[in-house]
Amino acid sequence: MIEAPPSPEIAAEPRRVSSNSSPMIAVRSLRKKIDGQEILRGVDLEVRKGETLVLIGRSGGGKSVLLKHLIGLMEPDSGEILIEGQNIIGMTERQLSAIREKVGILFQGAALFDSMTVEDNIAFPLLEAGERDPKVLRSRVEEMLEVTEMGGQEEKMPESLSGGMKKRVGLARAIIRRPSCVLYDEPTAGLDPVVADSINKLIRCLQGRFGITSIVVTHDMKSAFDVADQIAYLHQGRVYFHGTPGELQQSTDLLIQDFLLGRSETWRD
Amino acid sequence: MVRFFNALGTPLLSFFQYLGELVLLAGDTFRSIFTHKLRWKLFLNQIVEIGLLSQVLVIITGGFTGAVFTAQAFFQFNKLGMGSAVGAVVSVSLCRELAPVLTALMVAGRVGAAMSAEIGTMKVTEQIDALRALAVYPVDYLVVPRTLAMMISMPLLVAECIAFGILAGYFIAVYLLGVNGPYYVENMVHWTRPKDIIMGMTKAFVFALLIVFISCHKGLTAREGAVGVGRATTEAVVNASLAVLIVNFFLTMGLNIIFPAGHQ
Repeated sequence: MIEAPPSPEIAAEPRRVSSNSSPMIAVRSLRKKIDGQEILRGVDLEVRKGETLVLIGRSGGGKSVLLKHLIGLMEPDSGEILIEGQNIIGMTERQLSAIREKVGILFQGAALFDSMTVEDNIAFPLLEAGERDPKVLRSRVEEMLEVTEMGGQEEKMPESLSGGMKKRVGLARAIIRRPSCVLYDEPTAGLDPVVADSINKLIRCLQGRFGITSIVVTHDMKSAFDVADQIAYLHQGRVYFHGTPGELQQSTDLLIQDFLLGRSETWRD
Repeated sequence: MVRFFNALGTPLLSFFQYLGELVLLAGDTFRSIFTHKLRWKLFLNQIVEIGLLSQVLVIITGGFTGAVFTAQAFFQFNKLGMGSAVGAVVSVSLCRELAPVLTALMVAGRVGAAMSAEIGTMKVTEQIDALRALAVYPVDYLVVPRTLAMMISMPLLVAECIAFGILAGYFIAVYLLGVNGPYYVENMVHWTRPKDIIMGMTKAFVFALLIVFISCHKGLTAREGAVGVGRATTEAVVNASLAVLIVNFFLTMGLNIIFPAGHQ
Protein backbone atom coordinates (compact mmCIF):
# COMPACT_ATOMS: atom_id res chain seq x y z
CA MET A 1 0.00 0.00 0.00
CA ILE A 2 1.31 3.46 -0.89
CA GLU A 3 1.66 5.67 2.10
CA ALA A 4 0.24 9.17 1.96
CA PRO A 5 3.00 11.77 2.43
CA PRO A 6 2.53 14.00 5.43
CA SER A 7 1.35 17.49 4.45
CA PRO A 8 3.28 20.52 5.76
CA GLU A 9 0.64 21.36 8.33
CA ILE A 10 0.76 17.81 9.63
CA ALA A 11 4.45 18.05 10.37
CA ALA A 12 3.66 20.94 12.73
CA GLU A 13 5.79 21.14 15.85
CA PRO A 14 3.93 19.60 18.82
CA ARG A 15 2.66 22.10 21.36
CA ARG A 16 4.56 21.94 24.61
CA VAL A 17 2.71 21.74 27.92
CA SER A 18 5.37 23.89 29.48
CA SER A 19 8.39 25.17 27.69
CA ASN A 20 10.92 23.72 30.17
CA SER A 21 9.32 20.30 30.73
CA SER A 22 11.51 17.34 29.78
CA PRO A 23 10.23 14.24 27.98
CA MET A 24 8.78 11.58 30.25
CA ILE A 25 8.72 9.11 27.37
CA ALA A 26 10.62 9.26 24.11
CA VAL A 27 10.27 6.70 21.32
CA ARG A 28 12.83 6.62 18.53
CA SER A 29 12.53 4.68 15.24
CA LEU A 30 10.56 1.86 16.84
CA ARG A 31 9.97 -1.13 14.57
CA LYS A 32 8.07 -4.33 15.25
CA LYS A 33 7.00 -7.27 13.10
CA ILE A 34 4.43 -9.77 14.33
CA ASP A 35 3.99 -13.01 12.38
CA GLY A 36 5.82 -11.45 9.43
CA GLN A 37 3.57 -8.38 9.35
CA GLU A 38 5.21 -5.03 10.02
CA ILE A 39 3.08 -3.40 12.72
CA LEU A 40 5.38 -0.53 13.70
CA ARG A 41 7.55 0.95 10.95
CA GLY A 42 9.70 3.46 12.70
CA VAL A 43 7.59 5.28 15.28
CA ASP A 44 9.02 8.52 16.70
CA LEU A 45 7.16 10.07 19.58
CA GLU A 46 7.76 12.26 22.60
CA VAL A 47 5.54 12.79 25.63
CA ARG A 48 6.43 15.52 28.07
CA LYS A 49 5.95 15.35 31.82
CA GLY A 50 2.40 16.11 32.94
CA GLU A 51 1.10 15.99 29.37
CA THR A 52 -1.77 13.84 28.09
CA LEU A 53 -1.09 12.37 24.68
CA VAL A 54 -3.91 10.61 22.88
CA LEU A 55 -2.97 7.99 20.30
CA ILE A 56 -5.60 7.57 17.61
CA GLY A 57 -5.68 5.56 14.43
CA ARG A 58 -7.43 2.82 12.54
CA SER A 59 -7.91 -0.63 14.08
CA GLY A 60 -4.82 -2.77 13.60
CA GLY A 61 -2.68 0.34 13.23
CA GLY A 62 -0.36 -0.67 16.06
CA LYS A 63 -1.63 1.62 18.86
CA SER A 64 -2.01 -1.09 21.50
CA VAL A 65 1.24 -2.72 20.35
CA LEU A 66 3.03 0.60 20.80
CA LEU A 67 1.48 1.02 24.27
CA LYS A 68 2.68 -2.43 25.34
CA HIS A 69 6.19 -1.58 24.15
CA LEU A 70 6.22 1.49 26.38
CA ILE A 71 6.00 -0.64 29.52
CA GLY A 72 8.23 -3.42 28.24
CA LEU A 73 5.46 -5.97 27.73
CA MET A 74 6.66 -6.38 24.15
CA GLU A 75 10.19 -6.29 22.77
CA PRO A 76 10.72 -4.28 19.54
CA ASP A 77 12.82 -5.47 16.59
CA SER A 78 14.73 -2.19 16.64
CA GLY A 79 14.51 1.34 18.00
CA GLU A 80 14.69 3.00 21.40
CA ILE A 81 12.25 3.70 24.20
CA LEU A 82 13.46 6.15 26.80
CA ILE A 83 11.56 6.45 30.07
CA GLU A 84 12.84 9.53 31.92
CA GLY A 85 15.99 9.25 29.82
CA GLN A 86 16.59 5.54 30.50
CA ASN A 87 16.51 3.19 27.50
CA ILE A 88 14.40 0.17 28.40
CA ILE A 89 15.22 -1.89 25.31
CA GLY A 90 17.23 -4.98 26.15
CA MET A 91 16.37 -4.83 29.86
CA THR A 92 15.48 -8.10 31.58
CA GLU A 93 12.08 -8.57 33.22
CA ARG A 94 13.65 -7.97 36.63
CA GLN A 95 15.43 -4.79 35.47
CA LEU A 96 12.14 -3.56 34.02
CA SER A 97 10.49 -3.78 37.46
CA ALA A 98 12.03 -0.45 38.47
CA ILE A 99 10.63 1.18 35.30
CA ARG A 100 7.22 -0.38 35.82
CA GLU A 101 6.98 1.23 39.24
CA LYS A 102 7.04 4.59 37.43
CA VAL A 103 4.55 3.63 34.71
CA GLY A 104 1.07 2.20 35.34
CA ILE A 105 -1.24 0.77 32.72
CA LEU A 106 -4.99 0.36 32.42
CA PHE A 107 -5.70 -2.61 30.15
CA GLN A 108 -8.58 -2.63 27.70
CA GLY A 109 -10.42 -5.33 29.67
CA ALA A 110 -9.06 -3.96 32.99
CA ALA A 111 -7.25 -7.33 33.57
CA LEU A 112 -8.34 -7.54 37.20
CA PHE A 113 -7.20 -10.62 39.10
CA ASP A 114 -10.38 -12.67 39.14
CA SER A 115 -9.44 -14.61 42.27
CA MET A 116 -9.28 -11.41 44.35
CA THR A 117 -11.81 -8.90 45.67
CA VAL A 118 -11.80 -5.28 44.52
CA GLU A 119 -9.92 -4.30 47.68
CA ASP A 120 -7.28 -7.01 47.20
CA ASN A 121 -6.87 -6.03 43.55
CA ILE A 122 -6.26 -2.40 44.45
CA ALA A 123 -3.96 -3.22 47.38
CA PHE A 124 -1.98 -5.77 45.33
CA PRO A 125 0.78 -3.43 44.04
CA LEU A 126 1.40 -2.08 47.55
CA LEU A 127 1.54 -5.56 49.07
CA GLU A 128 3.96 -6.65 46.39
CA ALA A 129 6.08 -3.58 47.10
CA GLY A 130 6.40 -4.84 50.68
CA GLU A 131 3.80 -2.71 52.46
CA ARG A 132 2.42 -4.83 55.33
CA ASP A 133 0.83 -2.25 57.66
CA PRO A 134 -2.96 -2.90 57.46
CA LYS A 135 -3.72 0.73 58.40
CA VAL A 136 -1.58 2.13 55.58
CA LEU A 137 -3.01 -0.40 53.11
CA ARG A 138 -6.57 0.39 54.17
CA SER A 139 -6.13 4.17 53.95
CA ARG A 140 -4.43 3.99 50.53
CA VAL A 141 -7.14 1.70 49.16
CA GLU A 142 -9.82 4.01 50.54
CA GLU A 143 -8.12 7.00 48.93
CA MET A 144 -8.07 5.19 45.56
CA LEU A 145 -11.72 4.14 45.96
CA GLU A 146 -12.61 7.76 46.65
CA VAL A 147 -10.62 9.05 43.64
CA THR A 148 -12.24 6.51 41.32
CA GLU A 149 -15.70 6.87 42.96
CA MET A 150 -15.85 3.19 43.82
CA GLY A 151 -16.54 3.50 47.56
CA GLY A 152 -18.53 0.60 49.06
CA GLN A 153 -17.52 -1.86 46.34
CA GLU A 154 -14.37 -3.19 48.01
CA GLU A 155 -15.75 -6.61 48.93
CA LYS A 156 -17.07 -7.38 45.44
CA MET A 157 -15.42 -9.86 43.09
CA PRO A 158 -14.47 -8.63 39.59
CA GLU A 159 -17.07 -10.81 37.85
CA SER A 160 -19.88 -8.94 39.60
CA LEU A 161 -18.70 -5.51 38.35
CA SER A 162 -19.88 -3.69 35.23
CA GLY A 163 -17.41 -2.76 32.47
CA GLY A 164 -17.05 0.81 33.72
CA MET A 165 -16.54 -0.30 37.32
CA LYS A 166 -13.86 -2.78 36.26
CA LYS A 167 -12.00 0.00 34.47
CA ARG A 168 -12.19 2.20 37.57
CA VAL A 169 -10.80 -0.59 39.74
CA GLY A 170 -8.11 -1.26 37.11
CA LEU A 171 -7.24 2.42 37.21
CA ALA A 172 -7.18 2.48 41.01
CA ARG A 173 -4.78 -0.47 40.94
CA ALA A 174 -2.60 1.23 38.31
CA ILE A 175 -2.24 4.48 40.28
CA ILE A 176 -2.05 3.30 43.90
CA ARG A 177 1.75 3.37 43.82
CA ARG A 178 1.56 6.89 42.40
CA PRO A 179 3.33 6.30 39.11
CA SER A 180 4.53 9.33 37.19
CA CYS A 181 2.87 8.05 34.01
CA VAL A 182 -0.27 6.03 33.23
CA LEU A 183 -1.01 4.30 29.93
CA TYR A 184 -4.67 3.75 29.02
CA ASP A 185 -5.61 1.12 26.45
CA GLU A 186 -9.04 2.09 25.09
CA PRO A 187 -10.39 3.28 28.46
CA THR A 188 -13.87 4.05 27.12
CA ALA A 189 -14.30 1.08 24.75
CA GLY A 190 -17.59 -0.76 25.30
CA LEU A 191 -18.92 1.80 27.77
CA ASP A 192 -22.09 3.86 27.46
CA PRO A 193 -21.52 7.62 26.78
CA VAL A 194 -22.23 8.67 30.37
CA VAL A 195 -19.82 6.16 31.91
CA ALA A 196 -17.28 6.96 29.15
CA ASP A 197 -17.54 10.65 30.08
CA SER A 198 -16.95 9.83 33.75
CA ILE A 199 -13.79 7.90 32.79
CA ASN A 200 -12.59 10.88 30.74
CA LYS A 201 -13.16 13.18 33.72
CA LEU A 202 -11.26 10.72 35.88
CA ILE A 203 -8.27 10.81 33.52
CA ARG A 204 -8.34 14.62 33.62
CA CYS A 205 -8.72 14.58 37.40
CA LEU A 206 -5.68 12.33 37.82
CA GLN A 207 -3.63 14.61 35.65
CA GLY A 208 -4.71 17.63 37.70
CA ARG A 209 -4.50 16.02 41.14
CA PHE A 210 -1.33 13.93 40.83
CA GLY A 211 0.36 15.55 37.82
CA ILE A 212 0.36 12.20 36.04
CA THR A 213 1.61 11.99 32.47
CA SER A 214 -0.92 10.05 30.40
CA ILE A 215 -0.92 8.21 27.11
CA VAL A 216 -4.40 7.24 25.99
CA VAL A 217 -5.12 4.88 23.12
CA THR A 218 -8.65 5.37 21.85
CA HIS A 219 -10.99 5.26 18.87
CA ASP A 220 -13.44 7.47 20.68
CA MET A 221 -12.91 10.98 19.25
CA LYS A 222 -15.05 12.66 21.92
CA SER A 223 -12.83 11.08 24.55
CA ALA A 224 -9.73 12.11 22.59
CA PHE A 225 -10.77 15.77 22.44
CA ASP A 226 -11.89 15.72 26.09
CA VAL A 227 -8.60 14.56 27.54
CA ALA A 228 -5.82 15.38 25.05
CA ASP A 229 -3.12 18.01 25.30
CA GLN A 230 -1.54 16.40 22.24
CA ILE A 231 -2.91 13.96 19.69
CA ALA A 232 -0.86 11.57 17.57
CA TYR A 233 -2.45 9.80 14.62
CA LEU A 234 -0.83 6.45 13.93
CA HIS A 235 -1.15 5.31 10.34
CA GLN A 236 0.49 2.27 8.78
CA GLY A 237 2.92 1.87 11.65
CA ARG A 238 4.14 5.50 11.71
CA VAL A 239 3.12 8.72 13.40
CA TYR A 240 1.25 10.51 10.60
CA PHE A 241 0.16 13.50 12.65
CA HIS A 242 1.28 14.92 15.97
CA GLY A 243 -0.22 18.13 17.23
CA THR A 244 -2.83 19.73 19.42
CA PRO A 245 -6.53 18.81 19.24
CA GLY A 246 -7.15 22.20 17.59
CA GLU A 247 -4.54 21.53 14.91
CA LEU A 248 -6.08 18.11 14.27
CA GLN A 249 -9.54 19.59 13.83
CA GLN A 250 -8.28 22.24 11.44
CA SER A 251 -6.34 19.75 9.34
CA THR A 252 -7.44 19.54 5.71
CA ASP A 253 -5.62 16.26 5.13
CA LEU A 254 -8.05 13.74 3.64
CA LEU A 255 -6.86 10.82 5.72
CA ILE A 256 -7.35 12.79 8.94
CA GLN A 257 -10.69 14.13 7.75
CA ASP A 258 -11.87 10.61 6.91
CA PHE A 259 -10.88 9.41 10.36
CA LEU A 260 -12.47 12.33 12.19
CA LEU A 261 -15.71 12.07 10.23
CA GLY A 262 -15.74 8.26 10.33
CA ARG A 263 -15.79 8.19 6.51
CA SER A 264 -14.74 5.09 4.60
CA GLU A 265 -12.19 5.74 1.80
CA THR A 266 -14.14 3.50 -0.57
CA TRP A 267 -17.14 5.82 -0.61
CA ARG A 268 -15.30 9.10 -0.76
CA ASP A 269 -16.28 11.20 -3.76
CA MET B 1 15.45 -37.29 0.64
CA VAL B 2 15.70 -33.53 1.22
CA ARG B 3 11.93 -33.43 1.62
CA PHE B 4 12.14 -36.25 4.16
CA PHE B 5 14.73 -34.39 6.26
CA ASN B 6 12.74 -31.17 5.90
CA ALA B 7 9.62 -32.94 7.13
CA LEU B 8 11.58 -34.48 9.99
CA GLY B 9 13.50 -31.33 10.81
CA THR B 10 10.65 -28.97 11.68
CA PRO B 11 8.96 -31.13 14.35
CA LEU B 12 12.36 -32.14 15.71
CA LEU B 13 13.43 -28.51 16.01
CA SER B 14 10.09 -27.65 17.65
CA PHE B 15 10.60 -30.51 20.10
CA PHE B 16 14.09 -29.35 21.06
CA GLN B 17 12.86 -25.77 21.31
CA TYR B 18 10.09 -26.97 23.64
CA LEU B 19 12.60 -28.87 25.78
CA GLY B 20 14.81 -25.79 25.86
CA GLU B 21 11.92 -23.63 27.02
CA LEU B 22 11.12 -26.11 29.79
CA VAL B 23 14.75 -26.10 30.94
CA LEU B 24 14.82 -22.28 30.92
CA LEU B 25 11.59 -22.16 32.95
CA ALA B 26 13.04 -24.66 35.43
CA GLY B 27 16.27 -22.66 35.67
CA ASP B 28 14.37 -19.42 36.17
CA THR B 29 12.20 -21.03 38.85
CA PHE B 30 15.10 -22.48 40.85
CA ARG B 31 17.00 -19.19 40.60
CA SER B 32 13.94 -17.44 41.95
CA ILE B 33 13.51 -20.00 44.77
CA PHE B 34 17.03 -19.30 46.02
CA THR B 35 17.17 -15.56 45.43
CA HIS B 36 13.68 -14.20 46.10
CA LYS B 37 11.28 -14.15 49.01
CA LEU B 38 8.65 -16.87 49.03
CA ARG B 39 5.01 -15.80 48.98
CA TRP B 40 3.90 -18.01 51.87
CA LYS B 41 0.17 -17.46 51.39
CA LEU B 42 0.31 -18.60 47.77
CA PHE B 43 2.56 -21.52 48.70
CA LEU B 44 0.15 -22.71 51.45
CA ASN B 45 -2.82 -22.29 49.08
CA GLN B 46 -1.04 -24.56 46.61
CA ILE B 47 -0.23 -27.10 49.32
CA VAL B 48 -3.98 -27.25 50.05
CA GLU B 49 -4.86 -27.37 46.34
CA ILE B 50 -2.28 -29.98 45.37
CA GLY B 51 -1.73 -31.98 48.55
CA LEU B 52 -4.90 -31.80 50.60
CA LEU B 53 -7.48 -31.82 47.83
CA SER B 54 -5.82 -34.76 46.04
CA GLN B 55 -6.20 -37.03 49.08
CA VAL B 56 -9.39 -38.84 48.04
CA LEU B 57 -8.09 -39.39 44.53
CA VAL B 58 -4.81 -40.84 45.77
CA ILE B 59 -6.44 -43.01 48.45
CA ILE B 60 -8.85 -44.52 45.91
CA THR B 61 -6.04 -44.99 43.36
CA GLY B 62 -3.71 -46.63 45.89
CA GLY B 63 -6.40 -48.69 47.57
CA PHE B 64 -7.91 -50.21 44.45
CA THR B 65 -4.54 -50.70 42.74
CA GLY B 66 -3.24 -52.54 45.80
CA ALA B 67 -6.44 -54.61 46.02
CA VAL B 68 -6.55 -55.66 42.36
CA PHE B 69 -2.80 -56.30 42.19
CA THR B 70 -2.98 -58.47 45.32
CA ALA B 71 -5.85 -60.47 43.87
CA GLN B 72 -4.13 -61.02 40.50
CA ALA B 73 -0.79 -61.90 42.10
CA PHE B 74 -2.53 -64.29 44.50
CA PHE B 75 -4.34 -66.11 41.66
CA GLN B 76 -0.95 -66.89 40.05
CA PHE B 77 1.20 -67.36 43.16
CA ASN B 78 -1.34 -69.62 44.87
CA LYS B 79 -0.92 -72.21 42.07
CA LEU B 80 2.71 -72.48 43.18
CA GLY B 81 1.81 -72.57 46.87
CA MET B 82 3.30 -69.11 47.46
CA GLY B 83 0.17 -67.21 48.44
CA SER B 84 1.80 -65.53 51.44
CA ALA B 85 4.57 -64.08 49.21
CA VAL B 86 2.02 -61.81 47.58
CA GLY B 87 2.50 -59.17 50.29
CA ALA B 88 6.15 -58.72 49.37
CA VAL B 89 5.40 -58.46 45.64
CA VAL B 90 2.61 -55.93 46.18
CA SER B 91 4.62 -53.83 48.59
CA VAL B 92 7.79 -53.69 46.49
CA SER B 93 5.85 -53.03 43.27
CA LEU B 94 3.87 -50.25 44.90
CA CYS B 95 6.98 -48.61 46.32
CA ARG B 96 9.14 -48.85 43.21
CA GLU B 97 6.65 -48.45 40.35
CA LEU B 98 2.90 -48.44 40.82
CA ALA B 99 2.40 -45.77 43.44
CA PRO B 100 4.75 -43.14 41.95
CA VAL B 101 3.51 -43.63 38.38
CA LEU B 102 -0.20 -43.88 39.14
CA THR B 103 -0.12 -40.99 41.60
CA ALA B 104 1.77 -38.89 39.07
CA LEU B 105 -0.76 -39.70 36.34
CA MET B 106 -3.68 -38.81 38.63
CA VAL B 107 -1.98 -35.59 39.80
CA ALA B 108 -1.14 -34.67 36.18
CA GLY B 109 -4.84 -35.05 35.35
CA ARG B 110 -6.18 -33.14 38.33
CA VAL B 111 -3.51 -30.62 39.32
CA GLY B 112 -1.65 -30.26 36.00
CA ALA B 113 -4.87 -29.52 34.15
CA ALA B 114 -5.93 -26.98 36.78
CA MET B 115 -2.52 -25.27 36.67
CA SER B 116 -2.40 -24.89 32.91
CA ALA B 117 -6.07 -23.82 32.71
CA GLU B 118 -5.69 -21.22 35.47
CA ILE B 119 -2.42 -19.77 34.19
CA GLY B 120 -3.65 -20.00 30.58
CA THR B 121 -6.82 -18.07 31.44
CA MET B 122 -4.71 -15.46 33.22
CA LYS B 123 -2.57 -15.22 30.08
CA VAL B 124 -5.44 -14.69 27.64
CA THR B 125 -7.26 -12.22 29.91
CA GLU B 126 -4.07 -10.12 30.21
CA GLN B 127 -3.76 -10.88 33.94
CA ILE B 128 -0.18 -12.07 33.40
CA ASP B 129 0.60 -8.86 31.53
CA ALA B 130 -1.00 -7.02 34.46
CA LEU B 131 1.33 -8.85 36.87
CA ARG B 132 4.33 -7.86 34.77
CA ALA B 133 3.07 -4.29 34.46
CA LEU B 134 2.77 -4.15 38.26
CA ALA B 135 6.47 -5.10 38.51
CA VAL B 136 5.72 -8.68 39.58
CA TYR B 137 7.65 -11.38 37.75
CA PRO B 138 5.10 -14.10 36.80
CA VAL B 139 7.56 -16.94 37.50
CA ASP B 140 8.01 -15.69 41.09
CA TYR B 141 4.29 -15.28 41.63
CA LEU B 142 2.82 -18.24 39.75
CA VAL B 143 5.44 -20.93 39.17
CA VAL B 144 7.56 -20.85 42.34
CA PRO B 145 4.72 -21.51 44.86
CA ARG B 146 3.36 -24.30 42.64
CA THR B 147 6.79 -25.90 42.22
CA LEU B 148 7.57 -25.90 45.94
CA ALA B 149 4.10 -27.19 46.79
CA MET B 150 4.46 -29.99 44.23
CA MET B 151 7.95 -30.89 45.49
CA ILE B 152 6.57 -31.32 49.00
CA SER B 153 3.14 -32.76 48.20
CA MET B 154 4.04 -35.41 45.63
CA PRO B 155 6.32 -37.56 47.83
CA LEU B 156 3.69 -37.40 50.60
CA LEU B 157 0.92 -38.36 48.18
CA VAL B 158 2.99 -41.24 46.85
CA ALA B 159 3.69 -42.41 50.42
CA GLU B 160 -0.04 -42.26 51.08
CA CYS B 161 -0.77 -44.19 47.90
CA ILE B 162 1.73 -46.89 48.96
CA ALA B 163 0.25 -47.11 52.45
CA PHE B 164 -3.34 -47.46 51.25
CA GLY B 165 -2.29 -49.92 48.54
CA ILE B 166 -0.55 -52.14 51.09
CA LEU B 167 -3.48 -51.84 53.50
CA ALA B 168 -6.05 -52.72 50.84
CA GLY B 169 -3.84 -55.60 49.65
CA TYR B 170 -3.62 -56.94 53.20
CA PHE B 171 -7.40 -56.88 53.66
CA ILE B 172 -8.03 -58.57 50.30
CA ALA B 173 -5.34 -61.21 50.87
CA VAL B 174 -6.16 -62.03 54.48
CA TYR B 175 -9.91 -61.49 54.76
CA LEU B 176 -11.07 -62.30 51.21
CA LEU B 177 -8.52 -64.73 49.81
CA GLY B 178 -7.63 -66.52 53.07
CA VAL B 179 -3.86 -65.87 53.15
CA ASN B 180 -2.19 -66.30 56.56
CA GLY B 181 -1.87 -62.77 57.97
CA PRO B 182 1.40 -63.03 59.98
CA TYR B 183 3.18 -64.79 57.08
CA TYR B 184 1.89 -62.17 54.66
CA VAL B 185 3.22 -59.34 56.84
CA GLU B 186 6.50 -61.11 57.62
CA ASN B 187 7.24 -61.65 53.91
CA MET B 188 6.28 -58.10 53.10
CA VAL B 189 8.50 -56.56 55.81
CA HIS B 190 11.37 -58.90 54.97
CA TRP B 191 11.45 -58.09 51.26
CA THR B 192 10.58 -54.39 51.35
CA ARG B 193 13.77 -52.39 51.99
CA PRO B 194 14.31 -48.67 52.67
CA LYS B 195 15.91 -48.40 49.22
CA ASP B 196 12.55 -49.34 47.65
CA ILE B 197 10.92 -46.44 49.47
CA ILE B 198 13.79 -44.11 48.52
CA MET B 199 13.34 -45.10 44.88
CA GLY B 200 9.61 -44.34 45.06
CA MET B 201 10.22 -40.98 46.71
CA THR B 202 12.92 -40.07 44.18
CA LYS B 203 10.51 -40.81 41.35
CA ALA B 204 7.77 -38.81 43.09
CA PHE B 205 10.08 -35.81 43.31
CA VAL B 206 11.12 -36.01 39.65
CA PHE B 207 7.52 -36.50 38.47
CA ALA B 208 6.45 -33.49 40.55
CA LEU B 209 8.94 -31.32 38.67
CA LEU B 210 7.89 -32.73 35.29
CA ILE B 211 4.20 -32.09 35.95
CA VAL B 212 4.64 -28.59 37.34
CA PHE B 213 6.99 -27.31 34.64
CA ILE B 214 5.06 -28.85 31.74
CA SER B 215 1.73 -27.54 33.09
CA CYS B 216 2.96 -24.05 33.99
CA HIS B 217 4.79 -23.73 30.66
CA LYS B 218 1.64 -24.68 28.74
CA GLY B 219 -0.34 -22.12 30.71
CA LEU B 220 2.23 -19.37 30.22
CA THR B 221 2.38 -19.99 26.46
CA ALA B 222 -1.39 -20.46 25.91
CA ARG B 223 -2.70 -18.86 22.72
CA GLU B 224 -5.60 -16.43 22.56
CA GLY B 225 -9.16 -17.41 23.39
CA ALA B 226 -11.04 -20.31 24.91
CA VAL B 227 -9.66 -22.67 22.25
CA GLY B 228 -6.11 -21.69 23.21
CA VAL B 229 -6.72 -22.39 26.90
CA GLY B 230 -8.49 -25.67 26.13
CA ARG B 231 -5.64 -26.80 23.91
CA ALA B 232 -3.03 -25.79 26.48
CA THR B 233 -4.85 -27.75 29.18
CA THR B 234 -5.17 -30.89 27.05
CA GLU B 235 -1.54 -30.69 25.93
CA ALA B 236 -0.38 -30.17 29.52
CA VAL B 237 -2.12 -33.35 30.72
CA VAL B 238 -1.04 -35.41 27.70
CA ASN B 239 2.57 -34.19 27.74
CA ALA B 240 2.91 -34.56 31.50
CA SER B 241 1.46 -38.09 31.43
CA LEU B 242 3.71 -39.15 28.55
CA ALA B 243 6.73 -37.56 30.22
CA VAL B 244 5.97 -39.44 33.45
CA LEU B 245 5.73 -42.78 31.62
CA ILE B 246 8.86 -42.23 29.50
CA VAL B 247 11.02 -40.76 32.28
CA ASN B 248 9.84 -43.56 34.61
CA PHE B 249 11.49 -46.15 32.37
CA PHE B 250 14.84 -44.36 32.40
CA LEU B 251 14.57 -43.67 36.14
CA THR B 252 13.86 -47.34 36.81
CA MET B 253 16.87 -48.43 34.79
CA GLY B 254 19.12 -45.79 36.34
CA LEU B 255 17.92 -46.10 39.93
CA ASN B 256 18.06 -49.88 39.77
CA ILE B 257 21.83 -49.56 39.49
CA ILE B 258 21.97 -47.46 42.67
CA PHE B 259 19.16 -49.28 44.49
CA PRO B 260 19.03 -52.84 43.11
CA ALA B 261 15.88 -54.79 43.90
CA GLY B 262 15.92 -57.49 46.59
CA HIS B 263 18.52 -58.27 49.30
CA GLN B 264 21.87 -57.18 47.94
